[in-house]
Formats: sequence, C-alpha cells, structure tokens
Amino acid sequence: MSVNALYDYKFEPRDKVENFNGMQLLYVLWPNHLMFCSPFALLVKPDMTFGTMVEEILKPATAPHPDAAKADFLGAQWLLNDEPFTPDVNASLKDNGIDHKSMLTVTTPGLNGLAGAGF
Amino acid sequence: MAVKSKKLNLKDKYQYLTRDMAWEPTYQKKKDIFPDEDFEGIKITDWSQWEDPFRLTMDAYWKYQAEKEKKLYAIFDAFAQNNGHQNISDARYVNALKLFLTGVSPLEHAAFQGYAKVGRQFSGAGARVACQMQAIDELRHSQTQQHAMSHYNKHFNGLHDAAYMHDRVWFLSVPKSFFDDARSAGPFEFLTAISFSFEYVLTNLLFVPFMSGAAYNGDMATVTFGFSAQSDEARHMTLGLEVIKFILEQHEDNVPIVQRWIDKWFWRGFRLLSLVSMMMDYMLPNKVMSWSEAWEVYYEQNGGALFKDLERYGIRPPKYQDVANDAKHHISHQLWGTFYQYSQATNFHTWIPGKDEMDWMSEKYPETFDKYYRPRYEHWAKEHAEGRRFYNNTLPQLCQVCQVPTLFTEMGEPTKLSHRQMKYEGERYHFCSEACCDIFKHEPEKYVQAWLPVHQIYQGNCEGGDVETVVQKYYHINIGEDNFEYVGSPDHKRWLSIKGKSSDDKTERAKRDAA
Repeated sequence: MSVNALYDYKFEPRDKVENFNGMQLLYVLWPNHLMFCSPFALLVKPDMTFGTMVEEILKPATAPHPDAAKADFLGAQWLLNDEPFTPDVNASLKDNGIDHKSMLTVTTPGLNGLAGAGF
Repeated sequence: MAVKSKKLNLKDKYQYLTRDMAWEPTYQKKKDIFPDEDFEGIKITDWSQWEDPFRLTMDAYWKYQAEKEKKLYAIFDAFAQNNGHQNISDARYVNALKLFLTGVSPLEHAAFQGYAKVGRQFSGAGARVACQMQAIDELRHSQTQQHAMSHYNKHFNGLHDAAYMHDRVWFLSVPKSFFDDARSAGPFEFLTAISFSFEYVLTNLLFVPFMSGAAYNGDMATVTFGFSAQSDEARHMTLGLEVIKFILEQHEDNVPIVQRWIDKWFWRGFRLLSLVSMMMDYMLPNKVMSWSEAWEVYYEQNGGALFKDLERYGIRPPKYQDVANDAKHHISHQLWGTFYQYSQATNFHTWIPGKDEMDWMSEKYPETFDKYYRPRYEHWAKEHAEGRRFYNNTLPQLCQVCQVPTLFTEMGEPTKLSHRQMKYEGERYHFCSEACCDIFKHEPEKYVQAWLPVHQIYQGNCEGGDVETVVQKYYHINIGEDNFEYVGSPDHKRWLSIKGKSSDDKTERAKRDAA
C-alpha cells in the first residue's frame, strides 16, 4: 500500500547507512534477560571482527546482569535477522553477512535470567 | 401587535453565526476553495446533515471561556501565594507533572494547530466552526496547563524547558510523532485520529489519571485546570462521536477507510498511553486506581458499548484490541522498568516503589506483579543498597512507528519480547508489535522518514556522541538536578527540608522500605 497524498509522496529513508559516517547500526537481543528493557542499539564499524564486537561492546553492555559473568557468548546460539547463524569470530561483521540495522539474537542455554521471570 | 424581540433565540443565533457564515461560491470553484476535502476518498453527499449538539456560537463561547479563566487564575494566584506546592502528598508526585508538561501540554498546542488547519479544510460550515472552537480550546489548555504548573518550576527541577525538550528528548518523540502523524494526514483522518480515537475513545485514560491524580495528591492548581477544561472536553468528545457517525452515514464507501483509521489510531493511542500507565501506577504517591482498572472501565466497558453501538454502521472493534486488553496487566511495570534504567536521560526522577506500594500492586495485579515484576524491584533495590544503582548504559532499539523502545512482550508470553522486522526497498525496519508493523506496511513512505532519537544520536545530529553531552547540551537536562534516581536528588532534599526532616532518616527509611 502507499500513502494517500495530494502529491507524489516520496522521501529518502532517514536512517540509510551513509548517514552514519562509516559506521552501521546493529541490534542485539539477549532473550530471557529483560533487565535490559529492549534489544541494544549499537553503533559499530562494519570491519570490526565479530569477536571484538562481543568482547568490547556486548560484554560491557550486559555486565550489570548477574548472568553476564557466566555467559559464553561466543559459544552460544545465535540468530541473524531471525535465521540460524554461526558467526565466524575472526571475520568482520560485514563478512559475517551482518548488514546495517541487522539484529542478532543470542541465546545462552542454562542462563534464563533471574527469579524464573526471564529478567 | 407583538413587538419582535431584539434578542435572537438560540436556534436562530446558531443559524446566523455558523451556517449562514457560509455561502455558495460563484466566482471560484468550490473544489479550488476546499482542495483537501476529497483526496482521502471520503465521500460527503450532504454537509447540512452535520449536527452540532452544543450549538455553541462564538459570542457565547468567549463569554463562557472568559468566566472560566477568571476563576481559574484567581485560584492559581491563591495557590502560589499560599505556597500550595508544600501541601502535595510527596515531592515524587511532581514527576507526574514533569511528564505532563513535556509530554502532554505541547500536544495541546499541536492539537490547536491541527484543528485550526482542518477548520479551514472542510466545506461544511458546521464542521468548520466546531473545529475552530476546538482549536481555541486546545490553545487555551496548553497555556493554562503551563500556568498551572509554572509555580512548581520555582521549587522543583526538570520543568524549565518543556517545549524545547518536547522536540528533542528521546521519549518525548513518542507523543510528538503521534501528533505529527495525525497532523500530516488529511482532514478526515485527523478527526478520526484525534476527535474520535483519542478524545472520544481514550481521553478518559489520560484525563482521569492526571486530574484525579492531582486531586488525590493535593495539587490544587492542576486539579482546577482539570475542572476548567472539563466542559471543553465534553464538547470535544461529543464532536468526536458526531464526526464518526456523520462520516459513516454519508456513504457506505467510507466504512472501510474509517475502519482502517480506527485500527491505526486506537493502537497508536494505546501505545502513547503506555506512558500514562506508568505515571498512574508509579508516580502518584496516593493512587487513584490501577491502570488495569482504568483500562477495564474506560476501554473494555465504555469502549465495548461504543463499538457495539457502531456495529450498525459496519464498524467492528479495533484490530489488536485483544493484545491491548492482555497488556493491561503488564505495560505500567514494563514502562517504569524502562524509565528506571534510563533515568540518566530523563527530565524526571525514578525510584523503587516502597513496600506499601508494591503490596498495592500485588493486590491490583494478582496474576503478574509478584511473579514477573516484584523480583525486578527487589533485585534493583539490593543493587542500589550496595552502591550499584542500575542504569542501562547502552541505548535501546526503538520501534519505527510508535518510537517507544521495543520493550513490550508477546500476548500470553510475558517473558518473550515482542519484536517484528521487515525489509522495505532494501532497508531494514524494526517494530515493537505486529500492530505497529501493520501501520508501517500500509504507509511505508510516511514512516521511513521517522526521526528516531537513538539513530539521530548515532548519526551525530544531537550535539555529541556520548549520552552525557546529548543530555546536557541537546536536551537541556541539568545533570545531577533533573535526572537520575529520586532518593538523594535535590528535589528529594528540598522536600525534606520543606517538611522539616533531615535527609538522612528519610534515605534510610526509603532504603528500608525498598528492601
């Protein structure tokens, strides 16, 4: 469907990758850890390796959660945009097929948040 | 011989001062004078069928409003002279006003602009006059709200730059984008969105919490504003119902168009009101009723009766109302948890509810509070007591349509985050729900332009790359005064000194209550 308008209604998307000064957006969801109210929105370099993203960005972001210290993110189960995904830790995000505004979902078996409440 | 009275009766006066102000043009085509009336596909066959139940005319309007203003400002003066802010239940209450002043009052102004615009777009004089009066009402509400709350600005933080913040601060893009969406639509969609879906169906869920909340918490200034606005609101609600019935009665082709608007604007209003839900359950020290009770009375019962009544026009209840009904057990807690963790970037404070308040929530939310939400607060209270007050230092993903962080959970699965994603013309978009995703799919060109605060920060458009700079320089939030935890804040300390208590006992008590 399209907008019903008085004129040809066409606009550039506001969040195209070229607006991010060489960086791109990446979202990461850690299910059953609703202490972090929504998926993280991260600004990342496309040529950063997957391992560096986990070490330098994801780990500090999740650190306040008691499960974080026990989590083996690199050995965890990953989804990329809702599809099963096996990351290459040493390859860049781009070479892992992670494009702008992609979402990663990382499930850490055995770690299901606090109080049986997915928190 | 009977002398003809010089005074017009009400009916004549209404006729002369509204309908007779219009005429059939002869030099210009009607279509050129009202060019925006047709493009949405709504068919109006006879504008004279428009009924104005109030039959208010401008002369009477000014007189009534002037009388109300006089009384209202007399009370504001008395409130200020008697230091009325000292009589509120607790300074935590003022945080509800901070949310109202930055989130709601600018919407009243946006409504003024919207009604002023559609008050020019209709070719029917009755509808034009009703919209023009509502435009003036909305402007008056925006002004009087600011005057009602300005006294608090002298004594508490976070109230100093509401209109500026409304255009910039991350969570205020939720109300702002709601109204921008409505105002950039055509005139009939605007009325369906604001007059019907918002003013008629949902307004009690905004006004009752804030105005009764003010009454229950000793805020004379705001509650007096509420009384002064009440008769206007009654008129607005009546207009909302008249609008929808009029459009539906004019042509059967209007039904599916209106149904889609009702689906969209019910959902957008419901998402906007999630901010009110947390205000109601968490920010009012003296509680009026719970969000779930308010939803049951004002939406499930009243809304249920309304949609029953509209059935004869072929209108069904809004799509996804089942999701909204289920969410009444969760959203206030989910929102408060979100604002608790992002308090570094808000113009109001957050806190862990005290023991009595948590017990009240257990009673009001027997199925959900103890199971899903109390453990969060117990964990965070413990962290706070050990010197690690929880803040989330990573920015959240926002929904492309409602702009709320994607924080909601699936219906019937309160531990599973609700998230949808789709690609449109090669770009990825993320949503908080099926309903927001549906809204996007219908008019993608509108929402691809969304000014999402998180993405704007990352693009470098908000005066800095780190949250602290953005908050201070771009949002005008004074760090350490307006934001962060309530316990130990300058507002908290000021309140204790007003009440003649030292901040130490209170902090101790707050910690004990929370533990």
